Amino acid sequence: MSTTASNTSRSRGKAPGGERVADWADGRLGIYTLAKSNMRKIFPDHWSFMLGEVCLYSFIIIILTGVYLTLFFHPSMNEVEYHGSYVPLQGQLMSEAFNSTLHISFDVRGGLLIRQIHHWAAVVFIAGMFVHMMRVFFTGAFRKPREVNWLFGFLLFVLGMFTGFTGYSLPDDLLSGTGVRFMEGAILSVPIVGTYISFFLFGGEFPGGDFVARFYSIHILLLPGIMLGLVVGHLILVFYHKHTQFAGPGKTNNNVVGMPLLPVYMAKAGGFFFLVFGVIAFVAAIAQINPIWAIGPYRPDQVSTGAQPDWYMGMAEGLIRAMPGWEINLWGHTLVLGVFIPLVLFGVILVAIAAYPFIEAWVTGDKREHHILDRPRNAPTRTAFGVAWLTVYFVMLIGGGNDIFATHFHLSINAVTWFVRISYFVGPVIAFIVTKRICLGLQRRDKDKVLHGRETGTIKRLPHGEFIEVHEPLSQEQLHTLTAHDQYKPLELGPAVDENGVERKVRATQKVRAKLSEAYFGEESQITKPSVEEYKEITSGHGHH
Amino acid sequence: MSSQDIPEENLPAQQGHAHGAVDVADEKNPFADPGLPPHEHRIQDIDEQAARRSERAVALLFTVSMLATVGFIVSYVTVPHDRSIYVFPIGHVSALNFALGVTLGLALFCIGAGAVHWARTLMSDVEIADERHPIEASPELRAKVHEDFRQGAKESAIGRRKLIRNTMLGALTLVPLSGLMLLRDLGPLPGTSLRHTLWSKGKLLVNMNTNEPLRPEDVAVGSLTFAKPEGLEEHDEDFQKEIAKAALMIVRLQPDNIKDKRELEWSHEGIVAYSKICTHVGCPISLYEQQTHHVLCPCHQSTFDLSDGARVIFGPAGHALPQLRIGVNDEGYLEALGDFEEPVGPAFWERG
Repeated sequence: MSTTASNTSRSRGKAPGGERVADWADGRLGIYTLAKSNMRKIFPDHWSFMLGEVCLYSFIIIILTGVYLTLFFHPSMNEVEYHGSYVPLQGQLMSEAFNSTLHISFDVRGGLLIRQIHHWAAVVFIAGMFVHMMRVFFTGAFRKPREVNWLFGFLLFVLGMFTGFTGYSLPDDLLSGTGVRFMEGAILSVPIVGTYISFFLFGGEFPGGDFVARFYSIHILLLPGIMLGLVVGHLILVFYHKHTQFAGPGKTNNNVVGMPLLPVYMAKAGGFFFLVFGVIAFVAAIAQINPIWAIGPYRPDQVSTGAQPDWYMGMAEGLIRAMPGWEINLWGHTLVLGVFIPLVLFGVILVAIAAYPFIEAWVTGDKREHHILDRPRNAPTRTAFGVAWLTVYFVMLIGGGNDIFATHFHLSINAVTWFVRISYFVGPVIAFIVTKRICLGLQRRDKDKVLHGRETGTIKRLPHGEFIEVHEPLSQEQLHTLTAHDQYKPLELGPAVDENGVERKVRATQKVRAKLSEAYFGEESQITKPSVEEYKEITSGHGHH
Repeated sequence: MSSQDIPEENLPAQQGHAHGAVDVADEKNPFADPGLPPHEHRIQDIDEQAARRSERAVALLFTVSMLATVGFIVSYVTVPHDRSIYVFPIGHVSALNFALGVTLGLALFCIGAGAVHWARTLMSDVEIADERHPIEASPELRAKVHEDFRQGAKESAIGRRKLIRNTMLGALTLVPLSGLMLLRDLGPLPGTSLRHTLWSKGKLLVNMNTNEPLRPEDVAVGSLTFAKPEGLEEHDEDFQKEIAKAALMIVRLQPDNIKDKRELEWSHEGIVAYSKICTHVGCPISLYEQQTHHVLCPCHQSTFDLSDGARVIFGPAGHALPQLRIGVNDEGYLEALGDFEEPVGPAFWERG
C-alpha cells in the first residue's frame, strides 16, 4: 500500500492539498495536538470488544433513518379517514399519525424499508447494549477508573429502552396504544401523585389528543439529545482511559497491546459500521417488523390477543403479569400494590446491576486502576451475581410472554404464571450457587492444567501394563496467562479485644464488609492459584505424568 | 467507608509490577511474563502473489457495492410499489421493499467486508504496545489545582460575604419554580372525571357492531356483546376518551347460575352488563368462556367470573369489574339505570 501512497503524492507535485487543509485546520482547531495522541492510538483485539461498536453503529443508523422518517410522519392525533393505497383500511377512521405511517409504508418508495431499518436497528441497539453491558460486567471492565463510564453506559441502556417505547408508540396503532394504556395504568398506581402525572402527561383523561405529539418531541429530541451527549462522553472516556485487555504474554496493567487506529481500526471499525448497516438493511428487506396495517388504528375498547411489547420492555411486562393483584383501601384512598410494586421492582432490578461496581469496590477496598480484564471464572461471586441477575431478567421475559408460552407449548396460562412467580425467587438462588460451583470447577481445571499440563488425548501403555494419558506441559505464555489474575484475601476484622483486653469497637458496616469479603474471597469462593513452589515440586520429578 | 483500613497485604500484587514485562523464564519464576510473542507473518506479508489476490478480492467487493447501488437506483425507479413477489422461504413480500433492501444491504455490506478484508490481510498486523499513564494527577498538580481553587474562591469572597452567597443560593433555588409552574397547563386536574362515564339513567345500550339499540332478545345465551351508550359516535371528538371508560360487555346467563345477589338484582332476565375495561391497567377484556362464564383480559390474563359479581379469580387485577345496572324501557330496549357506581378501569390513589 505504501507504493500507492507515494505514487499519489508524487503525481500531485509539491505541497499535497491534504496537508495544506490540515495545516489550516490546525491553526484554528489545534488538530495536530489531538491527532498526536489519537491517530495512532492502540486498540486491543478481542471479539467481545466489537459488541459496543454494534451499539454505536446501530445508534447512528437509527439517527439517520429517524431523520428521514420525520420528513413524512405527522405527529398528530386528529382523526382522519383513510384514502391511501392500502385497500383493507379504506374509509377507516384513524389518527393522522397512523395515517402518515401507512403513507410511509405504502406510498413513499423505500419508506417501508427505512421504517423497518429504523425499528430493526432499535431492536439491535438495545440488544447490543444489553450484551455489551454483560461483557463489561462479567470481565470486570467496570472497575476503577471506568465506573463513570459504566454509569454512562447504563443510562444509555435505560434511556434507549424509553426512547424505543416512545418510538413504537408513535404510529398510534392498536398494539402500541395498548402499551401506552398499560403505561398509563402503571402511572395511575403511583401513590398520591399518580393521577396528576397521568393527567399532565396525556393532557387530561386517557388517551386524549396530545400524547403522540408529546411522545414525538420526547422521542426525537429530548431523549436522543441526552443520549447523543452520553455516547460522546462514553467514547471520549474510552479513548482517555485506553481500552482494557485480557491478560497474556506482553500484556500488563501498564500497557495496551494491539493495533493502531490509523489504519487498522479505521478500516476495521469503519468497515464494521457498513457491515452492521448492511446486515440490518438486509434484515429489513426480508423480515417484517411492526406491520401496523395488519394491527389497525388504536381504539381504547379494542385489543388483540398475544399483545407483546418490544423485547426490551418484556421484563416490565413480566413483572406486571406475575404480580398478584394486591390492593389496599384505607381512609378513602387506594394503594395499588399490584401495579406499583412491579413498577418499583423494575427500577430496583435495573439499579441493582448499575450499583454493583460500587458495592464490589467497597468490599475489596481496592483503589487501584484495573486495565487487565478478569476471566469470569476468576471472579466467581461477581459472575454468580451476574448470572443470578440475568436469571431474574429472563424469568421476567418469560413472564412477559406467558400467553405466548402457554399457546405455543400447550401449557396452562396459570401454570406458566405460577412458574414465573416461584422462579422469580428460587431461580436466582439456584443460578447463583450453580454458577459459583462452575467457576470454581473451571478454576480447578486451570490449576490442573498449569501443574500437570494439557491433556493430549494420547494414551500410552507403560512397560508394566499401566495405561496413562500423556500430558503436555504448557508453554510459558500459557502458564503466564493462566496465573496472571489477581486473588484477594478476605478482610479480617482482627481480634475482638485489643492488647489491653479492652473490647475493640467494630462498626456494623465493617462487620458486613468482612462478611461480604469472606463470601467473595474465602476458601469457599476461590481456588488458590498454583504457586511457583507447587509447580516446581510437581514438575521436577522425573517420569511423572 | 475508606479503604485505608484494609491492610496492604490483603490486596494482591499489581499485575505488571509483580514481574517485569520481559522477564525471561528463569529458574525462579516459571509463570513470568515472557513478553510479546514474535510476529508471525501472514501469507500476504511474504508472498506478493497472495497480496495481489487479497487486493483483487477487496476491489471486487467494492465493485459489487457499486453495482448494488446502481441496482438500488434501478429498483427505485422501475419496481412498482404495489407489486408483491414470492421469495422462498419467507413468502410473499413487497417487491420494492425486497429489491431496495437487498441492494442497499449488499452495497453497504460489501464496503464493510472490503474494508475489513483489506485491514486483515494487507495492513500491518504487527502488535504494538502503548504505555498507559495513571489517570490520577501527580501530587504536585493536585496541590496546585487545590491552591488555585482556594485562591479563586478567596478572591470571589464568597465565603466571607455570606449575604451575597445566601441570597444567590435563594435566587437560584427559586428560579426553577417558574419552569415548574409552566408545566401546570399540561393538563386539567383530575377532579372527579375518572369517576364518571357517559352512562346515565335511561341511556340505551347500543350494539357496538351494528350501531342499533339492543333488545333483550338480541342477547343470546353464550354470546358476548359489546355495547356503547347511545349518542356516542365514532366521529365525535372525544369518542376515544369516552369509549375508554364507557365500553360495555353484555352477556346473558341463566338467572339460576348467577351467584352474586346484587348482580342478579342489577341484571335483566339474566342479562348482565359489565365494564369492558380491565381493572388492572385498563386493557379491554375480550375473551369469554361460555361454559364457565369467565372473561379473560388478553393483555395480562386477569380472569373474572361473570357469574359471581365479576370477581377476580386469577391474574394481576386487584378488584372486580364494575357492573352497570340495566333494565328495559317502555319500548322494549335495554337501558342503563344510572352510571357505574364505582370508577371503571385501573385503580388510582383517589379511588378509595
